[in-house]
Amino acid sequence: MWKCPVFLVTLAKNEALSLNIEPSLYTVKAVLILDNDGERLYAKYYDDTYPTVKEQKAFEKNIFNKTHRTDSEIALLEGLTVVYKSNIDLFFYVIGSSHENELMLMAVLNCLFDSLSQMLRYANICLKNVEKRALLENMEGLFLAVDEIVDGGVILESDPQQVVHRVALRGDDVPLTEQTVTQVRTTSLLYPSLCCGV
Amino acid sequence: MIKKFDKKDEESGSGSNPFQHLEKSAVLQEARIFNETPINPRRCLHILTKIIYLLNQGEHFGTTEATEAFFAMTRLFQSNDQTLRRMCYLTIKEMANISEDVIIVTSSLTKDMTGKEDVYRGPAIRALCRITDTTMLQAIERYMKQAIVDKVPSVSSSALVSSLHMVKMSYDVVKRWVNEAQEAASSDNIMVQYHALGLLYHLRKNDRLAVTKMLNKFTKSGLKSPFAYCMLIRIASKLLDETEGGHDSPLFDFIEGCLRNKNEMVVYEAASAIVHMPNCTARELAPAVSVLQLFCSSPKAALRYAAVRTLNKVAMKHPSAVTACNLDLENLITDSNRSIATLAITTLLKTGSESSVDRLMKQISSFVSEISDEFKVVVVQAISALCQKYPRKHSVMMNFLSNMLRDDGGFEYKRAIVDCIISIIEENPESKETGLAHLCEFIEDCEHTVLATKILHLLGKEGPRTPQPSKYIRFIFNRVVLESEAVRAAAVSALAKFGAQNDDLLPSVLVLMQRCMMDSDDEVRDRATFYMNVLQQKQKALNAAYIFNGLSVSIPGLEKSLHQYTLEPTEKPFDMKSVPLVTTPITEQKTEIAPVATSKLPEKLAPSRQDIYQEQLASIPEFQSLGPLFKSSDPVQLTEAETEYVVRCIKHTFARHMVFQFDCTNTLNDQLLQKVVVQMEPSEAYEVEHYIPALSLPYSQPGSCYTLIRLPDDDPTAVSCTFSCTMKYLVRDCDPNTGEPDDDGYDDEYVLEDLEVTVADHIQKVLKPNFGAAWEEVGDEFEKEETFALASVRTLDEAVNNIISFLGMQPCERSDKVPENKNSHVLFLAGVFRGGHDVLVRARLALADGVTMQVTVRSSEETVVDVILASVG
Repeated sequence: MWKCPVFLVTLAKNEALSLNIEPSLYTVKAVLILDNDGERLYAKYYDDTYPTVKEQKAFEKNIFNKTHRTDSEIALLEGLTVVYKSNIDLFFYVIGSSHENELMLMAVLNCLFDSLSQMLRYANICLKNVEKRALLENMEGLFLAVDEIVDGGVILESDPQQVVHRVALRGDDVPLTEQTVTQVRTTSLLYPSLCCGV
Repeated sequence: MIKKFDKKDEESGSGSNPFQHLEKSAVLQEARIFNETPINPRRCLHILTKIIYLLNQGEHFGTTEATEAFFAMTRLFQSNDQTLRRMCYLTIKEMANISEDVIIVTSSLTKDMTGKEDVYRGPAIRALCRITDTTMLQAIERYMKQAIVDKVPSVSSSALVSSLHMVKMSYDVVKRWVNEAQEAASSDNIMVQYHALGLLYHLRKNDRLAVTKMLNKFTKSGLKSPFAYCMLIRIASKLLDETEGGHDSPLFDFIEGCLRNKNEMVVYEAASAIVHMPNCTARELAPAVSVLQLFCSSPKAALRYAAVRTLNKVAMKHPSAVTACNLDLENLITDSNRSIATLAITTLLKTGSESSVDRLMKQISSFVSEISDEFKVVVVQAISALCQKYPRKHSVMMNFLSNMLRDDGGFEYKRAIVDCIISIIEENPESKETGLAHLCEFIEDCEHTVLATKILHLLGKEGPRTPQPSKYIRFIFNRVVLESEAVRAAAVSALAKFGAQNDDLLPSVLVLMQRCMMDSDDEVRDRATFYMNVLQQKQKALNAAYIFNGLSVSIPGLEKSLHQYTLEPTEKPFDMKSVPLVTTPITEQKTEIAPVATSKLPEKLAPSRQDIYQEQLASIPEFQSLGPLFKSSDPVQLTEAETEYVVRCIKHTFARHMVFQFDCTNTLNDQLLQKVVVQMEPSEAYEVEHYIPALSLPYSQPGSCYTLIRLPDDDPTAVSCTFSCTMKYLVRDCDPNTGEPDDDGYDDEYVLEDLEVTVADHIQKVLKPNFGAAWEEVGDEFEKEETFALASVRTLDEAVNNIISFLGMQPCERSDKVPENKNSHVLFLAGVFRGGHDVLVRARLALADGVTMQVTVRSSEETVVDVILASVG
């Protein structure tokens, strides 16, 4: 339905870029994480394509409607390239201009997802998957990880190992008594590098 | 782990969100524990997380409350908990714009950025640069320089990226760090390399020489980072584009070499750069296309998408280059990612043969409802292109389009469909009735005013000439009853056209008009009243002038003339003939559907080329008394392209004069030309009145000189003339390096090619949407007819094109298109002769051995008829 003049404006903005794009490090327009109702768990917009919260929410709703039923990983929406990934009850999105190299955006998405899954496995013994509950219990980890991956729209790091290392969430907050010996051993077997605090 | 102490949350089901019902005021209340000693890191961390979460949800924080929370937070720097410290940095960044006095944390951050803990240093730099302004930046400049060349990658990257962010604000300061950035560019770390390259480019992008040097250095030394490679490719292709460098340049070789990089990201970037280069030959495209072809079978959806999207772009310009990929594209038709499938199909539609059209259309209609509007527009574009290629397929297309029209969709999408249907109707007379029927159905439930008015206009134009005009009346009148003002007004205009064309419908139309005169809107009432009165006269000429064929003047021109008229009130009525005519007739614009990511925002009406000339000429005092500019020709080259001086001429026609504008360019860098005039020797009774020289013509800076010619008054039939032209000037030799000219010069001249003035220069094209009515309007008072044999012409197409370009008149009723396999054709031409006399030409053509042509000319002025016939003969 024809509802939002925002749509037109966004298109026009992107159109301006269509000829002779200025080479730039500013690659990512937004990073979003939505839950399986399409509600925002995390959203970071790096430019003013969607300046107000209202426009952002409308965009997120549109994105969610177009993507939550299919498991394909890329789409063109409102003149922007959206790469996405879903896992259990979470939807991860990285958004860039339609002229952006899709694989770069994909690298950001993969880095975000892999970093989170390593961090969550490390932090939670009973919730090893990247799922909503585990994420909510580690919000600060998510905030710090995104901050290490993208800075103001520039890709800062694309290697999940590096990101996990820099976020440096140490396990010493978890009282050791809550872990059984086997769990500790599996964790260290699976992720020796993490447990060694690399 | 943070919430481990909160057992309740853990047990309340996996869907629960502990942040769901956060109250901003409650969280800010909790933030008071920041002031407690000793600091409880875990609780403080949790509260900071809540604050950032709220900010992230778009919660609005007032300045006072934000500042209060911010100041409380600064106390947390006393704790040495790593995660807590990191969250403080984040809070500083998030609050930098909402809280006041954020600069108080500067010293804490400076301490952290220069401290021993590597984990703190990078994030501290980024937080610090977020709150720093130009003056403060100088205070930390020393630290920034050190950080850029720091051996810890995260520190160096943070410093480089923060510098990049600050280029916008403090270019002059950051510029001084170029040497450090240069050093960082040779780092081993791939991200540092990338960030350093990005910063260096941003600092140097206005200096083309520096960019070239930088490119040379990095393309030779080779980089490790794929991101940096992508950046280099972009810089190289931009430089190629700007310098219009040939494809034999080393930069092009570099990009082509990247096609063999081992990283897919780099390969794709290179392929995409080559594809987007203007004027790429098929041979140059081939390697790029073949890597894209490989990507088509990648297991990664993003890569397949990227490949097929780029191939789709290639197919627009070079369909043959993509044919090799047809098999791979076929496999993508059933791709589970609908965007990929759509792009594959539309690409195939561009490259495939006529026989595959049905199958592809069927395939695409099975999932058209699942794809986004952007791709639906892509599909419509492909169909539109297809209709032009395979006109016989129009019934399949029309069906498909009408189904798409019924679906939901945004304005851009609907507009694309409507434009496409309209262009099909115009191309194929057989499809007219079905097309109009679909459009009628569409406006019954159309929320877009622009589209409804457009369709109503089309109905008014085409409807009355269909076998059963009465069936459209109902659709149109429904609009009058149901719609907004703009649509109602358009509907009234459409109705009037039915009444004017069809005598048997006239009584009913008059009744309907009567009802429209009761409308609540002024414009609708005015139109109804006006049309009512015109229709009641039952005069063909009136109908033609006021209902069928509207004004053909240029709108900006009319605005200007009317404004002028109101400034100098006179007794004389306003003369429409003094308004310049519109130069590009409305339907001349091919119904091009806008590409995907464009939108026609309501633009200011751009002045046409002729309006610009009018302004330029009016600023020259000698030309001010000539009256309005009647017509400007396209530029004619009077020299070869590669000669010492390049001269082209534009012919400007006025009521009694012609002005020749010579655009001259001096391509010799050791000469300065002065007082340049083009001397003209007419072959007929044309009289040169005045030369206006170009005073100075330095190397490669174009200049214009003018020649004013008076047209012969006594013999109005002398419309064609040949001029021999010589350029005369004073040469001053100069130093090619400094451009410093010698003191004295010498006269010289340069012979140009002859310039011809033909009948076409005296006629302005005018589109008559309804030629028949215009024909009646002019009447047969000065009608003349003659028959010619065009011996040298072999086909009707050729004959039609020759006549159009010779007379320079506007073909009407799409009569410039000769149907296939016909032996006869009628061509309708309309124009206005210099002085404002309408002139219409009807040429009946018959194909036998050669082409026989019977020309009938009508005009409001007898001499004009003679001129046309004389010049054809």
